[in-house]
Amino acid sequence: MDIKEFLDQDQKKDLLRLLTCGSVDDGKSTLIGRLLFDSKKLYEDQLDALQRDSKREGHAGEDIDYALLLDGLKAEREQGITIDVAYRYFSTSKRKFIIADTPGHEQYTRNMITGGSTANLAILLADARKGVITQTKRHTFLVSMLGIKHVVLAVNKMDLVDFKQDVFEQICDDYRKFTTTLGIPDITFIPVSALKGDNVVDISNRMPWYHGKSMLEFLEDVHVVSDRNFDDLRIPIQYVIRPTLDYRGFAGKVASGVIRVGDEVMALPSGKKSKVKSILTSEGDVDYAFPPQSASFTLEDEIDISRGEMVVHPNSTPHVERHFEAMLVWMDEKPMDSYTQFYIKHNTHSTKARIDKIKYKVNVNTLEKSEVDHFELNEIGRVVMTSTKPLLFDPYKKNRQTGSFILIDTITHNTVAVGMILDKMSSDKLHSRITDKEKEQIVKSGSLISTEEREKRYDQKAQTIWITGLHGSGKNELAYSLEKELFEMGKTVVVLDGKRVRSGLSSELDYSPSDRAEHLRRVAHIAKILNDQGILVICSFISPKESIRQQIKEIIGENRFKLVYMDADVEFCKKNDKYGLYKQADEGNIKHLPGVDEEYDIPVIRDFTIKSGENINIEEIVATI
Amino acid sequence: MNNYNLNNLRELEAESIHIIREVAAEFENPVMLYSIGKDSSVMVRLAEKAFAPGKVPFPLMHIDSKWKFREMTEFRDRYAKENNWNLIVHYNKKGFEEGVGPFSHGSKVHTDIMKTQALLEGLNKYKFDAAFGGARRDEEKSRAKERIYSFRDKYHQWDPKNQRPELWDIYNAKVHKGESIRVFPISNWTELDIWQYIRLENIPIVPLYYAKERPIVEFNGAKILVDDDRMPKELTDTAKMEMVRFRTLGCYPLTGAVDSDADTIEKIVEEMMTTTKSERTTRVIDFDQEASMEQKKREGYF
Repeated sequence: MDIKEFLDQDQKKDLLRLLTCGSVDDGKSTLIGRLLFDSKKLYEDQLDALQRDSKREGHAGEDIDYALLLDGLKAEREQGITIDVAYRYFSTSKRKFIIADTPGHEQYTRNMITGGSTANLAILLADARKGVITQTKRHTFLVSMLGIKHVVLAVNKMDLVDFKQDVFEQICDDYRKFTTTLGIPDITFIPVSALKGDNVVDISNRMPWYHGKSMLEFLEDVHVVSDRNFDDLRIPIQYVIRPTLDYRGFAGKVASGVIRVGDEVMALPSGKKSKVKSILTSEGDVDYAFPPQSASFTLEDEIDISRGEMVVHPNSTPHVERHFEAMLVWMDEKPMDSYTQFYIKHNTHSTKARIDKIKYKVNVNTLEKSEVDHFELNEIGRVVMTSTKPLLFDPYKKNRQTGSFILIDTITHNTVAVGMILDKMSSDKLHSRITDKEKEQIVKSGSLISTEEREKRYDQKAQTIWITGLHGSGKNELAYSLEKELFEMGKTVVVLDGKRVRSGLSSELDYSPSDRAEHLRRVAHIAKILNDQGILVICSFISPKESIRQQIKEIIGENRFKLVYMDADVEFCKKNDKYGLYKQADEGNIKHLPGVDEEYDIPVIRDFTIKSGENINIEEIVATI
Repeated sequence: MNNYNLNNLRELEAESIHIIREVAAEFENPVMLYSIGKDSSVMVRLAEKAFAPGKVPFPLMHIDSKWKFREMTEFRDRYAKENNWNLIVHYNKKGFEEGVGPFSHGSKVHTDIMKTQALLEGLNKYKFDAAFGGARRDEEKSRAKERIYSFRDKYHQWDPKNQRPELWDIYNAKVHKGESIRVFPISNWTELDIWQYIRLENIPIVPLYYAKERPIVEFNGAKILVDDDRMPKELTDTAKMEMVRFRTLGCYPLTGAVDSDADTIEKIVEEMMTTTKSERTTRVIDFDQEASMEQKKREGYF
C-alpha cells in the first residue's frame, strides 16, 4: 500500500462522539490521558510541558500526572479542578474520536448535559472499591434523559481490589438493577485500571476471567450509525440560496430521514407540497441526502419556504403545536422567574414561550419528584409550556434533533434553560394557568391616590359584576342594560365581553381549556386594575369552570367580586344563539363549546341568579352598588 | 442498498456548513476573519460550499500586521480575486506609522498593537456583529473549552467563567448592540483533519507550507525565514539555506520553520501522522508568558 492508498483508506473512517463523566477521584482524567497517550496521539512537546508542569504543580508525586494534560485554563489549574466541558480529540486507524470531558463536581448537571447533548456514547466511571454510588446513578439518569443509547460502565481501579471477578460482577449486577427502568438500550461493562493501563488499550493478562474487549477496542467497534433516524424526513430550513431569480435552493441540515430527488415533500406549517428537483451537498449534485448532512435542494414548483419552516414527507409529519410538555434543565445562575416569557430556539425556528406550570422537580441523586414553584441552577423537572407560534416537533425520545430546544432570557440574552420535549400531550389535559403564586403577584397600586379617594370622587364602590352562563343565555343583554342603567345614574362603568377582548388582547388564544384559562386570567387582571382605579366593571364571559371562576375571584378580591349566574338550559340557548355556534358545534366544525363538548359547572356560590327569558330585574343588582 | 455512512471529514464538513449558514441567517453583519493560513483556507472553502451555487453573503477581513510573509500577501490577493471574494484588508495605521514591529518592539508589543488592537479596530470600524475565526479546539489548551459561538462583550472581551451553555446544534445568536459573537465553525477539526481535507478537496494553500530550501536564521530559539530587509543585518548575515517548511503562518519574525522534506500534500499528511511536535510550538508568541494564549483571548485576540 502506498501513501496515497493509505490516506484514501484513512479518510473513510467515521466519527464517534463520546462523553466521559466522573469526578477527579474516579481516575477519569487518567483514563482519558491514557487513551490519548497510548493511541500515540499525545505529542512529544505536550509531554515535555507536562513533565515540567508535573514537578511544579502536579498532584501525583513523581509519576506522570495524566490529569494535568487535560486541564486547560490557568485559574482551574491553580485550583486543581476543571470547571467546564473540554473537548479532546484522538484517532486510531479505525475511527476518529471526540471526547467531551465533563467534571463530576457541583456544576455537574449543566456541564454533563452540555457535553452529552452531542454524544453517541457515554463512559461512566465507577471505583471498584465503592461500586455503584449516588454519583453513578446521577450520571446514569442524566445520560438516559439525554437519550444517549450506548453506555459503558468502566469499573476502574481493579488493581486495588486484586483484579477480583466477584467484585466486578457484583457491581455489574447492582448497575443492571438500577438501570432497568431507565431504558438505556446498550450497556457494556469493562473492568479496567486506568493508572496501570489494564484493559484500556490492550487486554490485561491480570484479569483472565474477562472475555470482552478492551476500552479502546470497544470504542473502535461499537456500531452507532443505526442510532440515527433514517425514516422520518425533517429538514428545518436554515437559509434560502437565491443566486438568480429562477433558482431557489432551500438549505438546511437533514435532521432525520432521507430526501431523494423526485420525492413529494411538504413544507410546514404552510402544508404546501411539491417534488424535489435537485439536491446539492458538499459533494456536488446527488440523488439523496441523509443525516447529518448539510444539503440544499430545489423544488419543481415555485413555493415560498422561509427560515424556521420545515420540509417533511407528507406521510410522516411532526407535531404542530403551541402547547407541549418538556423536561427542562435550568442552566442559569439566576433562578427561574416563572412569570416571564423567554425566547425559545427550536431547530432554526425562534419564537417566544412561557412556562405555564412546573409539574415536578427531579432530585438527580434520588430520582424523587417534588413540587416546586421555580428552578435554580442545575435543577431539572417536567414543565408545561406554551409558545407564541406553533413549534414543529417530535418527542425527544424519538428524534433528538427535533425534540430539543433552548430558552433565552429576553433581557440578558443568556441561554438560561434547555429542554427535551416529551410525548405529545393533548392541550385539554393542560392545567389551568392561574396558579397560587399568581395570587401573590397581584400588585399593589403604587399610586399616590388611593382607591378609596377615587371611589369618593366617582361616588361609587368599585367592584366587578361577573356574569357567567352558557353562550346564548343572555349575558350580554344583561351586561349592557346594567351599564346603561348605571351610566344614567352617573356612575363610571366599563363592560368587558368575550368578543371585545378576544379581538385584541387575547387574539392569539384559542378556545382550548388552557387558552381559555389564560384569556380569563387576563380579563380578571384588567378588571382588578380598573377596580383599583375606582371604576365599575361588568364582565360578560361564559367562564365555564368553577375552579377558574374561583381564581378570578381571588385575583379581583372577594369583597369586590359579584357573581351573576344566567340560568338557562342548552335548548333555550340554542334558540337564542345569534351566531350559530351550537349548530356548528353539533356538526363538529368547532370544538370546546361549553354545553356541547365542554362541561359547564353551574356555580354553587353566587350572588345573583337570573333566570333567562324572564323579565330581568336589575334593580336588585344596582341596589348593591 | 443505500449507504448512509458519512466519513469523519464529511461529518465535520456538514457541521461547519450548518454553523456558517446559521450565522449568515441570524446576524445582520457577519464577517469572516481570514488569516491566509491553512485553517482559514479550509474555512473559506466551507463558506463557498455553504452558499453554492450562490455567492457568500459576507466579506472576508484580513488583519494585516504588516509583517506577514510576502508569499502570504500575494496568495491572499490572488485567491480573493480569482474566487470573487469581497476582501477587506485592515491594519493599525498608527502602529504602522510609528514603525511597530517585532524586531524593534518585541513580540508582545507587536502582537498587541498590530494584531489584537488592529483586529478590534477593524471590527469596530465596520460594526460587525459576528466574526468567524478559524481556531480549532485541539490547537491549544485554553481553546479546548471554547464555545462554537463565543460571546464577546462590547470591549470584545472573553470571560471563560461566564460562557453561554451550548447544546446540540442550537446556537444562541442573541446580542445587544455593540456586543458580538466570535464563531468558530471548525472547532472540532484537528490539524490532521485540516490536512486531509485540503488533500481531499484540493484546496490551494500558501507554498510556505511545503518544504523547500530557504534562507534561515536562528532567532529567539526558532528558525526564522529571511523574508525582507527589515530583518536586522547582524541576523541576516547568519542566514543558512535549510530544507524547511512552516506548520503555521503568521508574522515572519515570530513564526518558526521546522526541518522537513515534505514537499507534497501526501508527505505533509504522512509527517502529521508521525509528528511529535504540536503546531503552536512554532509560534513564538505563545511562550511570552504562562497561559499566554488565554490572556490574549481575554483581551480580544482569538
